[in-house]
Amino acid sequence: MAFTAFSAQTSAAEPAAKRRSPIALFLLLPGILYLILFFVTPLISLVITSFQEPDPVRFGSFVNAFRWENYVIVLETYGEQSLRSAGFAALATLFALLIGFPLGYFIGITLRPYPLLQGLALVLVIAPFFISFLLRTLAWKQIFSDEGPIAGVLGALAILPPGQAITGTAFSVIFGLTYNFVPFMTLPIYATLASLDLRLLEAGNDLYGSPAVTFRTVTLPLSAAGVMSGTLLTFIPAAGDYINASREFLGSTDTTMIGNVIETNFLVLQNFPAAAALSLVLMAAILILVSLYVRRSGTEELL
Amino acid sequence: MTNNEVPQGGFAEAGADLELVGISKRFPGFTAIEELDLTIPAGSFFALLGPSGCGKTTTLRLIAGLEEPTTGRILIGGRDVTSTRAYQRPVNTVFQSYALFPHMTIIENVAFGLKRRGIKNADPLAHEALQLVELDHVANRKPAQLSGGQQQRVALARAVVNRPALLLLDEPLGALDLKLRRQMQIELKDIQSEVGLTFLHVTHDQEEAMTMADTVAVMNKGRIEQMGNPQELYELPHTAFVATFLGQSNLFTGEVTSSGSSSISVDVSGTTIDVRSDRAQRHRGRVTVGVRPEKVTLHDSAPKQSSDRNVVGPGRVTDVSFSGVSTQYEVTLPTHGVVTVFSQNTSITAMHHDGDEVWLSWDVGHTFGLADESYTAAGSRFQDDTDTSMIATQSREKLEAELGAD
Repeated sequence: MAFTAFSAQTSAAEPAAKRRSPIALFLLLPGILYLILFFVTPLISLVITSFQEPDPVRFGSFVNAFRWENYVIVLETYGEQSLRSAGFAALATLFALLIGFPLGYFIGITLRPYPLLQGLALVLVIAPFFISFLLRTLAWKQIFSDEGPIAGVLGALAILPPGQAITGTAFSVIFGLTYNFVPFMTLPIYATLASLDLRLLEAGNDLYGSPAVTFRTVTLPLSAAGVMSGTLLTFIPAAGDYINASREFLGSTDTTMIGNVIETNFLVLQNFPAAAALSLVLMAAILILVSLYVRRSGTEELL
Repeated sequence: MTNNEVPQGGFAEAGADLELVGISKRFPGFTAIEELDLTIPAGSFFALLGPSGCGKTTTLRLIAGLEEPTTGRILIGGRDVTSTRAYQRPVNTVFQSYALFPHMTIIENVAFGLKRRGIKNADPLAHEALQLVELDHVANRKPAQLSGGQQQRVALARAVVNRPALLLLDEPLGALDLKLRRQMQIELKDIQSEVGLTFLHVTHDQEEAMTMADTVAVMNKGRIEQMGNPQELYELPHTAFVATFLGQSNLFTGEVTSSGSSSISVDVSGTTIDVRSDRAQRHRGRVTVGVRPEKVTLHDSAPKQSSDRNVVGPGRVTDVSFSGVSTQYEVTLPTHGVVTVFSQNTSITAMHHDGDEVWLSWDVGHTFGLADESYTAAGSRFQDDTDTSMIATQSREKLEAELGAD
């Protein structure tokens, strides 16, 4: 279902694949084993954990049970963080789209006659991945810190009130999320725009469509698959992100997202059933949101 | 970007004149078009004919506004449109690649231009245009569900529905099979005379250009070599390029020996070929003359010399290909190389066979003299082998070399 939307290029269904062949099954075996071992097994374990109850004898450990109240408790306790996660992720996705689309357009269409520059620009988009995600986020913390250049300039201009920090605010967390996920938005959009037939744009111009109208009626619908993949690739990990919003990085206790809550429950509070229940709630929420989104955007165009 | 700049409402009442004044287009490294002047009168069906890379498609793109000329002006119906953008020009194009919008249905494709211009009953008009190309029954399909020929007709409907003052056709029938192409040629011609638009048709297919257009311009290397109605171009080509590109020609190069008021005589390796003065582009020095294959008659014995016929021979028939209506003979002459002859199959007894000794003759009035410089005239040792005059001389030299080897 939703996962098929990740492939930016539409591919025709191959009728040959429908034939059952023992060789095909054999070739699929490593992949199936991998999924069973590293996806299905942990998932089942997570579901079992989420229904556990505290061991009445040994304090701090849990026994298997069917305590569905765990779900009610986590939803009541962490409702605020869940909503904040959805909101932050949605805003970061929007900003990443606003940055990623023009960037993808520039690389895929404007630079098309210059393959060397195109390659260089693509490397620049991917270049941040050469440095650890954590280091880059820490670097931004440094730049935004109270003694850093940005806070200094904004403070001197009286835009930033005295005593107000940039880090630890919703702004810095959304900024960090946007920054970290822009390449995931840019690359699929670039991929669809790079294969866009420019003669269609000429046809649009020839048929009395101004550049703006041609963009809206031709370019945008034909790049929808890339926008779709990009938003999913940004929104899903951003909603579960626990680095940007953590206190050690760009966040504070006011910006806690659901990822931080899960992390704290697993590693600090060692409340495994709560952490597992929250993880499953997050997973279900994302699956529901994404399938609604894919359906609304007209799947038959993309699949 | 305001939408007001788009020509709104209404259709062109009739086709408009197109005038190109001193147009040239240079790309980095090469010149696509050089100093092109061209006037296409309103309501005419004009064909721009040439081999690939001759600049004809660039010319079309300049007129459509998809490229900007390096120098010169473009006028449509007397209005200078050189500085306007493609979407502001009363021009529509049928693209070689069709360029149908893949995400829209056929009817949405056809109505696209009408909607951009704010025309109210866009959908009924689009259906009408689809009926014209007999594709109204597929109106709700996507372009990918149609065959190449159907897509081509949709592309045509999408352009014609706008009733542009000038319709540009870029090799629009290239992808069609012969039968469908014939049918579309007739349909196009009908549409043109029905709606009275000015059509500019770019093609490399000489037969298509000749059957459809009122006026044909033969283009080569960014220049128009010759322009006129198809018959005129065929009967009296001015250059070796036109003579060989538009139909087939037998060409002979030689020195002018006498130049009278009514005709000139050319000595071609010892044989005299006469050309009427008014049918010769050049009257002295080394010239190239020619005749169309179907004008040449074959004789079993030397025909009587007469002042109104050119006689060449004897030679040997080296190839006979029978095609029903006519027979094509290749006659090899020791001094003139290979001459092609088309002979109507009006009597069975007149057939010639491989190896027969034959003489050739044709009416002096059918001979044409070309404008091409002779290849020995220029001083340099190595000639530009793409020069038009070289086409005639090279092919002859090649054949002479082959004969020498025999």
